[in-house]
Amino acid sequence: MDFTRRETLALGAGAALMTILPLRANAAVDDLIAEFTGGAEVGEGGLTLTAPEIAENGNTVPISVSAPGAASIMVLAAGNPTPPVATFNFGPLAASQDASTRIRLAGTQDVIAVAKMADGSFVRASQTVKVTIGGCGG
Amino acid sequence: MISRRDFLQVSMAASAMYGASGFGNWARLAAQQSLTQDQLLQFDTFGNVSLIHVTDIHAQLMPIYFREPSINIGVGGNKGAVPHITGADFRRAYGIEDGSPSHYALSAGDFESLAKGYGKVGGLDRVSTVVNAIRADRPDAILLDGGDTWHGSYTCYHTEGQDMVNAMNHLKPDAMTFHWEFTLGSDRVAEIVEGLPFAALGQNIFDAEWDEPAELFKPYKFFERGGVKVAVIGQAFPYMPIANPRWMFPEYSFGIRDENMQAMVDEVRSMGAECVVCLSHNGFDVDKKMAGKVTGIDVILSGHTHDALPEPVLVGETIIVASGSNGKFVSRVDLDIRDGRMMGFRHKLIPIFSDVIAPDPAMTAVINEQRAPYADQLAEVIGHTDSTLYRRGNFNGSWDDLICDALISEREADIAMSPGVRWGPSLLPGDPITHEDIWNVTSMSYGEAYRSEMTGEFIKVILEDVADNIFNPDPYYQQGGDMVRIGGMGYRIDVSKPQGERITEMTLLKTGEAIDPAKTYIVAGWASVNEGTEGPQIWDVVESHIRKQGTVTLDPNNSVTVVGT
Repeated sequence: MDFTRRETLALGAGAALMTILPLRANAAVDDLIAEFTGGAEVGEGGLTLTAPEIAENGNTVPISVSAPGAASIMVLAAGNPTPPVATFNFGPLAASQDASTRIRLAGTQDVIAVAKMADGSFVRASQTVKVTIGGCGG
Repeated sequence: MISRRDFLQVSMAASAMYGASGFGNWARLAAQQSLTQDQLLQFDTFGNVSLIHVTDIHAQLMPIYFREPSINIGVGGNKGAVPHITGADFRRAYGIEDGSPSHYALSAGDFESLAKGYGKVGGLDRVSTVVNAIRADRPDAILLDGGDTWHGSYTCYHTEGQDMVNAMNHLKPDAMTFHWEFTLGSDRVAEIVEGLPFAALGQNIFDAEWDEPAELFKPYKFFERGGVKVAVIGQAFPYMPIANPRWMFPEYSFGIRDENMQAMVDEVRSMGAECVVCLSHNGFDVDKKMAGKVTGIDVILSGHTHDALPEPVLVGETIIVASGSNGKFVSRVDLDIRDGRMMGFRHKLIPIFSDVIAPDPAMTAVINEQRAPYADQLAEVIGHTDSTLYRRGNFNGSWDDLICDALISEREADIAMSPGVRWGPSLLPGDPITHEDIWNVTSMSYGEAYRSEMTGEFIKVILEDVADNIFNPDPYYQQGGDMVRIGGMGYRIDVSKPQGERITEMTLLKTGEAIDPAKTYIVAGWASVNEGTEGPQIWDVVESHIRKQGTVTLDPNNSVTVVGT
């Protein structure tokens, strides 16, 4: 998936650095997480992933991640041909550890975020985002 | 259902909270043929705050017939839970006598004979009488409109919602939220909202470009009532850009946004709100889930899925009130708010029996004024029906069977698709079908009837997609509404399966052959959400078909086999 810096708005104040992961087509999501965590155990809590339950437009889905005290947060779109979306790195002077962006989703899938906390531990959050052709209303 | 045990649990949580529902007496009264307006309105004023809820009126200014669904399947945690029980099961669950007025108002079964006995329902002038009576008891009652008001009739279409705006302004609601209103287009919505003499609310109406709250709509409004600070938070239909054409209101984004709902609840509580009311167009199951996630809401006034429940449903310390559709019901909820808490409530779902409740002459005059310029067109008789015409039901309704027949014959198609909307009144056998009746079930701002080629595979993709919007076990992934109606094709659906595995045995009815995934079929449909859809308007297609039929007779539709319920 193409993802340029211009298409990406990192809104969190002081979201100092954003690295776009190199393309690794078809890499298994578990492998990507293992690579990010170095195989460490991944817990839950402390990381908030906000994404719509159903995308209004699969071509531009707003998501945001927030993990107070995190050093970096990786975002994956598990069902995309190229799952890596972005990794947000927060420097020691970052005022807050949150970021927002818009991503393209090829279809209904899980969006996964993994945060590396300051103490070196890892936490994970995920949400299914449905991409539907829509049609009917009450 | 609220059981005695629930109340005990609640009273433990909230020290002195108790509730009552003003439902259950009129079955016996009706048996004595003595149903009166006073009995329908009887209510011992309670506590210090009164809420009045109307929702999903769909521009029905006049009395109508409205048949409730026979099939309304619940999935996941809502399997077998209200509102997903129908007919006799519904009546048993609430202790409703067969043949009683509540049977007729709230459930399917024996519809034709009960309709003849009890007559039409609704009419905004009758609603006005009820609202006036409640205001006589409690002059500062808060009247809240859950939306789907400026859509759904001939006059509403031709005045771009102005008829409903004029009538509702006369009824004087205190706040409103939205869904189909946006299909008037964002310019028209802005034009109306800027002139509304009441609050236009939606905490989940955002600016699509900046993903910030939209300026035109406020998240909440405060009311000081009976010495109590009441905050009403609006929740518009979350899936507007998916279920309806996004290109008509590109400036806006919606979504459930329950984290923002929680933030708004916390904000109003910190500003001193002693009572928090959510005026919602989420749909019932979504409201139930939201009530379990967001803390601090006392009352959710639920709309969108058109359910009418004679008792509120309790989730934690939140009560959820469902007030039906098409002008058929008004809910009154009295609350006892003390020390910043809801200590108790009294609720009554008031069915608007048009022949029992006297019209308010002032509102009748307003309604007549809206309709007078179109009187001839409204009254024109196009044909007659020998069958009951209704819409509600998960898989089909006879109105949609008729619309699909019209699409297949008028557009020379193999297969027809009609959207699974839940609005549109009913007609009884023997009734004339007027121009107005056709518009009541078809009117919309994107009614073009398309004719296109689709492969069998793509038809299945559509059915699977829509089915998942209804039968996904997680309510947050449900859009409300019903299954797309299919003419000319049968299928089997297992509602318990995941997306992609629910639909099997697709069969072209005219040949009896299985649908070939690779073969191309001519499909006619209407209400496409795609911009630039071309074709005649659906109401013209249906009118032409009915004229040729003269008298409409429909056979029972058995083309969908449902399993996994």
